[in-house]
Amino acid sequence: MTRTFSMGGVHPSDSKISRGCAIEVLPTPPTVYIQLSQHIGAPAKPLVAVGDSVKVGQPIAEPGGFVSAYIHSSVSGKVKSIAPRKDLAGNNQMCIEITVEGDEWMEGIDTSDTLITDIIDDNKAILDKIRLGGVVGLGGATFPTHVKLSPPPGKKCEMLIINGCECEPYLTSDFRTLLEKGEQVVVGTAIIKQVLGVDKATIGIEDNKPEAIAHINEVLASLRKVSPKFEGIEVMSLMKKYPEGGEKQLIDAVMGRQVASGGLPIDVGAVVQNVATALAVYDAVQKNKPIIDNSVTVTGECFPRQANLLVRVGTPLSYIVDYLGGMPADAAKVISGGPMMGRAIANMDAATLKGTSALLFLTEKQTRREPEGPCIRCGKCAQACPMGLEPFLLNRLARAGKVEELEDNAVQDCIECGCCLYSCPAHIPLLDIIRPAKGQVIGLIRARKAAQAAK
Amino acid sequence: MSRLLVSPSPHIHAKESTASLMRDVVIALIPAVLVSVVFYGWKELLVLAVSVLSCLVLEYVITRYMMKKENNTLCDFSAAVTGILLALNLPYTTPWWVVFIGAAVAIGVGKMTFGGLGQNVFNPALVGRVFLLVSYPTYMTHWEAPQSLFGVDAVSGPTPLGIIKEGLLQGNTVPQLMADNGLNYGQMLFASVGGSAGEISAIALLIGFVYLLVKKVIRPHITLSIWATVAVVSLIFWLCAPDRFTDPLFNLLTGGMILGSCFMATDYVTSPMSVKGGIIFGIGIGFITMMIRYFGSYPEGMSFAILIMNATVPLLNMWFHQKKYGRA
Repeated sequence: MTRTFSMGGVHPSDSKISRGCAIEVLPTPPTVYIQLSQHIGAPAKPLVAVGDSVKVGQPIAEPGGFVSAYIHSSVSGKVKSIAPRKDLAGNNQMCIEITVEGDEWMEGIDTSDTLITDIIDDNKAILDKIRLGGVVGLGGATFPTHVKLSPPPGKKCEMLIINGCECEPYLTSDFRTLLEKGEQVVVGTAIIKQVLGVDKATIGIEDNKPEAIAHINEVLASLRKVSPKFEGIEVMSLMKKYPEGGEKQLIDAVMGRQVASGGLPIDVGAVVQNVATALAVYDAVQKNKPIIDNSVTVTGECFPRQANLLVRVGTPLSYIVDYLGGMPADAAKVISGGPMMGRAIANMDAATLKGTSALLFLTEKQTRREPEGPCIRCGKCAQACPMGLEPFLLNRLARAGKVEELEDNAVQDCIECGCCLYSCPAHIPLLDIIRPAKGQVIGLIRARKAAQAAK
Repeated sequence: MSRLLVSPSPHIHAKESTASLMRDVVIALIPAVLVSVVFYGWKELLVLAVSVLSCLVLEYVITRYMMKKENNTLCDFSAAVTGILLALNLPYTTPWWVVFIGAAVAIGVGKMTFGGLGQNVFNPALVGRVFLLVSYPTYMTHWEAPQSLFGVDAVSGPTPLGIIKEGLLQGNTVPQLMADNGLNYGQMLFASVGGSAGEISAIALLIGFVYLLVKKVIRPHITLSIWATVAVVSLIFWLCAPDRFTDPLFNLLTGGMILGSCFMATDYVTSPMSVKGGIIFGIGIGFITMMIRYFGSYPEGMSFAILIMNATVPLLNMWFHQKKYGRA
């Protein structure tokens, strides 16, 4: 039996039709729009003014708080405007618009392909480089990495987990990164491991990516001969099951431990980082290269050309689509991310963010929701829930507005993975109903805590 | 540019639907239906046809004209499942109008009074069957020589459980009754034991049960807990007094045990949601069945046991929940 998380999960077809597409560099667009809020936490504050000339990798915005991150120019050129612009959901967000002129990089950034395996011993300097490189978690949450790598005093990390599951159907950018930049990912892993002061790191990869598992094992074998800093890093093959890459599920699968409700991974001694984040850490620490680009899977059965592209942050989505042959006529929905947790895009003029991992095109048939029928109490939603919740019950309670009972039945633990809605044979929009109820209960819990603190 | 659909995640859905699950149950019942038609002939076919058609028509008429719902549940196969299960629970000799009354009670009273699909407390087919059992006992325990379709010799006469119950009342012992009436397990397992259509072949029913497990339509915990309870309870009694009490294998293979435990007790709507609740539900069914068989006035207790335990499901759902991640 391959390892996996202990409860729930679903097995959608993995549809990784772009798995054979090597990462190719997308030509730089004529204009980029770099959003000031592309991480969890406070938006960054601009460091440049309209009319300024900027180079690739130059910081153009600084953290707006403790939980925030630096933002760098992804191109060289002139700042044309700093103004609100519609993001992919259609909401206004402050953006720095830069007109591209040439491709001039900041001094000190190593743009060569040379692999640097020597890791400096000064952890403080490393953390600084990660912070200055604007590294955020690229697995979806975009939480500033330097914050996550500085556990609160008294908490001890026992295991670093590098998330290479890529359990969302269709997505292959992490898979291609593991195959093509495996060495860099492993060095990045060793850096994070050293900063955290842990002996063990596990790179978890689902067993539908055997090439990646074999490749990383080879890389590890050769790097272990170079330096003892690569000891203690292992690859773990995990069963293909969604949502294996969910932080709590991955900790359960790898360590057999469960994070208590309301707790953090560090409470059970775990820190989880994504493969793409490990690569970003490598770039920031070894190459002085901040996050200025990231790989994006562009895919979908109806899309003319499958691709994995290295895209400059702030590239308009329409530019990517036009480069690959234009919008397919039968595409009804474009999703940023995977089909289970990704967000539907309302505005193709929006630009990519650091955390944009995929553009997925679905036809109306693929994404159609059937009309809702009566609940037949089959319990498939509860069997599918990776948090062990009972969505059928939460759905009923939410519709009845029973907030206290919702809290008793742990609606606040919902990770919004979508397994319940995906598996409901009566096509009840379970997550649509549960999501706002969860928000309501979390608001209630916060208000209660605030009231207690005020006493 | 074309307009884009925007809606919350997830953006894809599993292929399973209520209709596909119910269709799988119909498919799973095909072996048992075939065996019953082969053994009991055109009369069994008539019972099946009347039952299924009545259920479908009544479901349509009631949802459309009494509940005034546009969105009809006719296409989801649930009424067809009720119809087939009811037919398999009746003797092949049941007159068509009795079958119709059974279907009317099953759908009209058992299902629709509670609000239709998903709302009923009791298994509709069993409500129909038990109504007929107490209202028309003569038809429900009337046995005559079958007129087989393909000339297969079928056993006529009462069910093995009926033989034992009658015989024990007359002062005979179990081993003696088994020998006198030529009752053996091979016969019970494969076919040609007297009884209602669904009781004649355990193997045909088990094939369907395995199909449902493989297709992941149902989980095995309820069925297994019924079997385990029946086996344990009857083993204790049989070991204590083999003359008065039938053995575990006999109890597992006779009566509506297989049909009830595989297809009726596992009905989604009327069984508990959690595995813990389901196991207790199964233990209850197994225990009540054995008490009725050993000490009750009916030879067979499966239907009553399931209906009684159906009534406890809301409580079991309230008391037992599945284990949650990261919580004690």
